[in-house]
Amino acid sequence: MKHYLLYPGCSMEASARAYYDSLMQVAEPIGLELEEIKDWNCCGATEYLGISLTPAYALISRNLALASQQANGSRTVVAPCSACYLNLAKADYYMREQPRLGKMVNEALAAGGLAYQPGSLDVRHLLDVIVYDIGLETVKSKVVRPLSNLRVAPYLGCMVPRPDFEKRWSDHEHPVELDQLLKALGAEVIDFPLKTHCCGGHMTQISPDTAFELIRRLVSSADHYQADIMATLCPMCQLNLDAYQGEMNRHFGTHYRMPVVFFTQLMGLAFGLKPQDLGFGSELVSAKAALTKIGLQVPQAPAAPPKGRKEQGLPMPKPLPPRGSRALAEGEVQK
Amino acid sequence: MPQRQVAMLGVVVEQVRAGLRTEEDLSLLSEVSASTAGVSRLEMCIQCGTCGGSCPSAADMDHTPRMLFAMLRAGMREYVLRSNTPWICVSCYHCVVRCPQNVHIADVMYTLKGMAIKAKLYQDSTAPDFSRTFVDMVEEYGRSFEFGLATRHYLKHFPLRLPSMTPMALGMLSKERMTITPKRIRQIGQLKAILKRAKQMEATNGHGGAS
Repeated sequence: MKHYLLYPGCSMEASARAYYDSLMQVAEPIGLELEEIKDWNCCGATEYLGISLTPAYALISRNLALASQQANGSRTVVAPCSACYLNLAKADYYMREQPRLGKMVNEALAAGGLAYQPGSLDVRHLLDVIVYDIGLETVKSKVVRPLSNLRVAPYLGCMVPRPDFEKRWSDHEHPVELDQLLKALGAEVIDFPLKTHCCGGHMTQISPDTAFELIRRLVSSADHYQADIMATLCPMCQLNLDAYQGEMNRHFGTHYRMPVVFFTQLMGLAFGLKPQDLGFGSELVSAKAALTKIGLQVPQAPAAPPKGRKEQGLPMPKPLPPRGSRALAEGEVQK
Repeated sequence: MPQRQVAMLGVVVEQVRAGLRTEEDLSLLSEVSASTAGVSRLEMCIQCGTCGGSCPSAADMDHTPRMLFAMLRAGMREYVLRSNTPWICVSCYHCVVRCPQNVHIADVMYTLKGMAIKAKLYQDSTAPDFSRTFVDMVEEYGRSFEFGLATRHYLKHFPLRLPSMTPMALGMLSKERMTITPKRIRQIGQLKAILKRAKQMEATNGHGGAS
């Protein structure tokens, strides 16, 4: 077993519950022992940095301080969420690059009886740890249900391969790690050209038109390459592409139905685990059709939204037609 | 946006012609650079434009990052802080890894947002309000609280968008991907003390504690 400190991040407890559940399921078979940092706090996402600098870095660094206190035998912090990973890595790196920042952050931490020595921890992303520490051979050895015939678009988003302070990835724009992992699971991995392009981040909240265009590019490209499913490693990417896909479709008059799941969920399937234990069924764009390709049924969603809309009712959107988006999608491209 | 950019360039040309700009004033550039975490390398920008060319949301920006950095160097404080560019930046770091001068572009954008909030010079309050609400929740609970954030934000800024978002919100709730009660960390008092001290230092040392 390899021992690491885990920084789950807020999303893993809510919108990205499926990521957390599936990670907990696949960690043991591959010998990944994760110890959660006790009483961790939010990393501030991309919001706090834009408000004020010292509090933002102090907020991030409380987690580093707690982790270094707790570090029994491990100095590696693993973060599965991209924004959390980048914030923790960034704080550690900038406090080394600019010692004045480290001094100020430590002065703030001292108010809570904490301290952090920049550089004393390694901050790494979950995928990095699985591919480079655990190894693809170990992953391959656990596969009992190869994902043959499942066409998967590997989607990393921005903040894991970039800015990559410690040069951990094979490339900033076209890294191959996720492709390799999915191939080890037996999946048919498409060469997804937009694999590190932006999902829109918080733009779905503040400038929806900007976000919808970015979401459209990604989904339409994956659809164009005839992917059955997209595999991501970021809660924000999953939320934007999955939960806002319907609104994006209405915005552009398209009919995409591209399921987006976490790569750990696909690992679990390949390891022979049950879909319901891996958080399948919680995606808003159902992965059912994709999973039938590997002979699996997705559990029913817990509760359906209320039915029976009236003609004179509130302007509720029409339910989306079943998958068959390709023809319409091409028509949409011609515009 | 092009007309806007042309108009902005026109302002500079006018100021130069009118003799308003006789000597280089780099104080804004240094202030922004010093207020950015790490070593921003903003002074090293060679105006190559790789940033704007790499930007996925440049089409929605008033100025490309290159243009904004030229305006910084020209000391156009108000124009820079009014620009929507930092608010449209999606933090994708494409420009950062492609920049031949290794300018920490995304972090400079964060600095400019903070300065615009402080000077109250942003044009549209949607983004600053979103950040503020998010941060309020984090300062209160130590965790982000998506349901509280979303309801407060959408009611204020996108009430007309609510009907089209209902299926999504219901889906998120029924699939237990969103909880309606916030989660508080155990040592919230400790976190509050840390943030209080950090804010005091920020106030005494100026933005980013630059000296």
